[in-house]
Amino acid sequence: MNVKYMFSLVAVTLLFLLAYVGVEAAGLQVLFGIVIPYAAIIVFIVGVTNRVIGWARSPVPFRIPSTCGQQRSLPWIKASELDNPFTTPGVIARMFLEILFFRSLFRNTTSKLGEGPKIYFSLEMWLWLGALAFHWSFLTVIVRHLRLFTEPVPFWIGLLEKADGFFQVGVPGIFLSGVVLLAAVFYLFLRRVIIPQVNYVSLSQDFFPLFLIFGIAFTGILMRHFAKTDVIGAKQLAMGLVTFHPTIPQGIGGIFYVHIFFVSVLLAYFPFSKLMHMGGIFMSPTRNLPCNTRAVRHINPWNYPVETHTYEEYEEEFRAKMIEAGLPVEKE
Amino acid sequence: MSGPKPNELIEKIDYNPPQKGWMDVPVKIRKGMYCYASNPKSVEYVHLPHARPWNPLEEDWKLPDNWKEIVHNAFRERLDRFRSFKVFMDICVRCGACADKCHFFIGTGDPKNMPVLRAELLRSVYRNDFTTAGKILGKVAGARELTLDVLKEWWYYFFQCTECRRCSVFCPYGIDTAEITIMAREIFNLLGLNIDWIATPVANCYRTGNHLGIQPHAFKEMIEFFVDDIEEKTGVKVEPSFNKKGADILFVTPSGDVFADPGTYTAMGYLMLFHYLKEQGLNVTWSTYASEGGNFGFFTSHEMMKRLNSKMYAEAKRLGVKWILGGECGHMWRVINQYMDTMNGPADFLEEPISPITGTKFTNAKSTKMVHLSEFTADLIYHNKLKLDKSRNDNLIVTYHDSCNPARGMGLFDEPRYVINSVCNHFHDMPRNTIREQTFCCGSGSGLNAGEDTELRLCGGLPRANAVKHVHEKFGVNMLATICAIDRAALPPLMDYWVPGVGVTGLTEMVANALIMPGEAERTTNLRGEPLPGMEE
Repeated sequence: MNVKYMFSLVAVTLLFLLAYVGVEAAGLQVLFGIVIPYAAIIVFIVGVTNRVIGWARSPVPFRIPSTCGQQRSLPWIKASELDNPFTTPGVIARMFLEILFFRSLFRNTTSKLGEGPKIYFSLEMWLWLGALAFHWSFLTVIVRHLRLFTEPVPFWIGLLEKADGFFQVGVPGIFLSGVVLLAAVFYLFLRRVIIPQVNYVSLSQDFFPLFLIFGIAFTGILMRHFAKTDVIGAKQLAMGLVTFHPTIPQGIGGIFYVHIFFVSVLLAYFPFSKLMHMGGIFMSPTRNLPCNTRAVRHINPWNYPVETHTYEEYEEEFRAKMIEAGLPVEKE
Repeated sequence: MSGPKPNELIEKIDYNPPQKGWMDVPVKIRKGMYCYASNPKSVEYVHLPHARPWNPLEEDWKLPDNWKEIVHNAFRERLDRFRSFKVFMDICVRCGACADKCHFFIGTGDPKNMPVLRAELLRSVYRNDFTTAGKILGKVAGARELTLDVLKEWWYYFFQCTECRRCSVFCPYGIDTAEITIMAREIFNLLGLNIDWIATPVANCYRTGNHLGIQPHAFKEMIEFFVDDIEEKTGVKVEPSFNKKGADILFVTPSGDVFADPGTYTAMGYLMLFHYLKEQGLNVTWSTYASEGGNFGFFTSHEMMKRLNSKMYAEAKRLGVKWILGGECGHMWRVINQYMDTMNGPADFLEEPISPITGTKFTNAKSTKMVHLSEFTADLIYHNKLKLDKSRNDNLIVTYHDSCNPARGMGLFDEPRYVINSVCNHFHDMPRNTIREQTFCCGSGSGLNAGEDTELRLCGGLPRANAVKHVHEKFGVNMLATICAIDRAALPPLMDYWVPGVGVTGLTEMVANALIMPGEAERTTNLRGEPLPGMEE
C-alpha cells in the first residue's frame, strides 16, 4: 500500500535532485530555466487542447443531466432552476456554482452503520473545505505570480497581494495563500493515507501531483522566507520568458530552478493526467445541459434506424386470438 | 425467507478494505449475488450475438475466440460515440466522495461496490488500451490488461449496479456510474454475456409488447378481471377500451402492474381514475401492442432500448391519439424523459398535451408529448376535479419512496407528494439524506430483481429499508408509497425482511381508494379487500 505513495515521493525527490544538481553542479541553468519551461508550456497547451478537442469530437447523443431538484412541470409547483435547470441561464448558474464552489461536493455526507442496525448520515464538509482551500489558494498563488510576468504590474495584482498578505507576519510578509495551499495539500494527502476507502482506491498518480504541488509551494516559501532568492533576478528570467528574449540572470540559486522545474513538470504532466478534470468539468453531460428534454428535442447525430417488431407483425402472430377476445384488428 | 437472517447479513458488512490492492484480489462469483445467464432462445429471438448456454460459475464462459478484440473495438466505438463515457474515463480524481453513497457499498462493504472503484474496473483497462501513460507506465499508472478474470470481475460488478445515479449527485464532476454500467453491459451483450432476468423480458417485450409475455387476449382478460374486482368493491363497472382508434390519449404503464400484487391495485386505480374522468371528457385507451412502459432494453443496450421503446410512438400514430399518458414506473420515465424523443422522435404526429379536464397545457412535455400520471393527477386535484375522501386512507401512515429514475433522471418530487397529501391524512417523509435527489434505490433496479440474487437485493435495499424503519419507529409508518413497478415488486419482500409491518402501495391505488366514484355503492373495503377505517367489524 505504501508503494503507491512511495513511488510518487521518490519520483518527486528525484526531480528535485535532478534540477538542483543540474543547476548547482552541472550549470544547466539554460536547460532548466529556459528550455524546459518553454517545452513544458508547449506540451501543456498542445496537450490540453488535444484532450479537449478529443472530448469535443465525441458527440453527446443523449441529454442526461442528473436532476438534483424539482423539475419544471406545473406552473404552481416551484421548480429548482439551479439543480434542475430548464433554461440555459439556469445551466450557467449551475455550472458556475459547480466550478467555482464545488456545489456537488458540498452535499457530501458520510454514512455510519450503527447498532440496531441503524445507518446514520452526517454532513461531511472537510473534503469540500479542503478542496476549496486547495483550489482557491492555488489560484491566488498563480495570480499573484503574474507580478513576475508583467511590467508594469497591474494594480489589481497589488490589491490581491495586499489582501493575501493581510496578516503582515514577518518580513517579508507571509502570504496566506501559500500557507493555506501547503496545509490543504497536506490535508488532501493525509486523507488519502488515513481514510481506508480513499486509500484503497488511490493510485500512484493521485499522490504524484500532491507531492509535486507540495514541492512547488514549499520551494516557493523557502525562497521567499529562508533562502531569500533574488526577486529581481527571478523577474528578469520570467519577463525574458514571456517576451521571448530569454535570459539567465546571475545570482539566483538552485532552489529557484527546482521551483520552476517542478512547475514545468506539473504543466507537462497535466494533459496526461486526472488534472484534466479542470477542463472536463465543463464538458460533463450530467451537469452542463438543460433538463428540458421533453420540451425541446435533443438531436443524436448518429441516431440510426433499428430493427423493430411492428404492429403488423404483432397482429399477424396474434390475430386469431385478438379477434376471439374482441380486440380490434387492422385486417380481419 | 431462506438464506441469511438480517443480523447475519449485517455482521457480514465490513467496511475495511482488504490488505491486498484491488487489482490483486480476484473476483469470486458468489451465490446469491449474481443473476443467472440468459436463456439463449431469448437472446436469439432479438438477434443479439453469441447466444449460447453458459454458466457464470463455470470456468469456461464459452466466449467467442476473438472476445478481446470485440471488447477493445466496442470500447473504442463507445468512446467515440459518447462524450459522457470518454470524459468520465478521463477525469475522475478518486476523491472518494461517491464511496459511501452507493447502496450496494453500504449494504455489502465490498470495496468494488464503491462507485469510484466500480468505474476503475473499466478505467484500468481503458488506460492500458487507450492512453499513452497507461501504455508506457502500466500498473504504476493504474493500468491493467484485459484478462478473462478481469472480464468476469466486470460482469459480476456491473450487475451489482442498479444505474440509480445516486453517486452522480455527489460527484464534483457529475461522473455518472449508470453511464459507465450501461457501456459495460453493452459490451457484455456483444459477447453474449446477458443475464436472463433482462434478456427474457426483452424478448417477451419485443414479441408480445410487454416484459411478462402477456399475449393480447390475455392482457385484456387480466384487465377485465380487475374490472370485476372493482365492481365488487365499489359497485361501479368501469369500461376500459383497448387498441381503440380515435381515442384522445394512449395510456402506457408497466405490465408489472397488470401482473402481480400490489401493482394490480395500482392498475385498478388507473381504471377507476379514467372511468371517473370519462364523463368529464377523458377518452383514453390501453394498447396490447404497446403494453409495456418499462424498458429492459435500457439495461441491455441503447439500441435495444430504442427497439423496444419504438412501440409507444408507433402505436400512438397508428391509433391516431393526441398524446400519451404514462403510468407509474421508474426507469420507464428516465427513458421517456431523457431518451425517447431523441431516439424515436420527433413525435410530430401528436399534439402538445392538454388535459381535457382542466385545460392545462403540459408545456414541459410539448415535444415528447408524454405526460406522467402524477403530473396529470396533481393537476386534476389542484383544480378540484376529483372528489376525494381522504379519511378512507386514515388507516395508513404513509411515507414516500422517490424512485431513482424519476428522481435523478427527471426531478419528479413534488407532484407525487402533492397527490399523497391530497388523498391521505398521515404523511411523513423519510430523513432528508434518503429522499428526493438523494433517494436510495430499492436495490433491485436495472433488471436485478431476480430471485437468485436475493442476498444482493437485500444488501442493496438496506439503506432504503433503514430509512423506512426510522419513520416506522418514529411515526408508526405502515405504508410505503412509490411510483415504480419494480419498487412495487421489490419493496414488499425488502420490507418484510428489514421492517416487518410496512406495506407497499402505488400512488394511484391510494387515489382510487379516496376517490368518490359517481354511483358507487357504500365502500366498505379498499381495493385490497381490507376494511376501510370505521368499517372494521
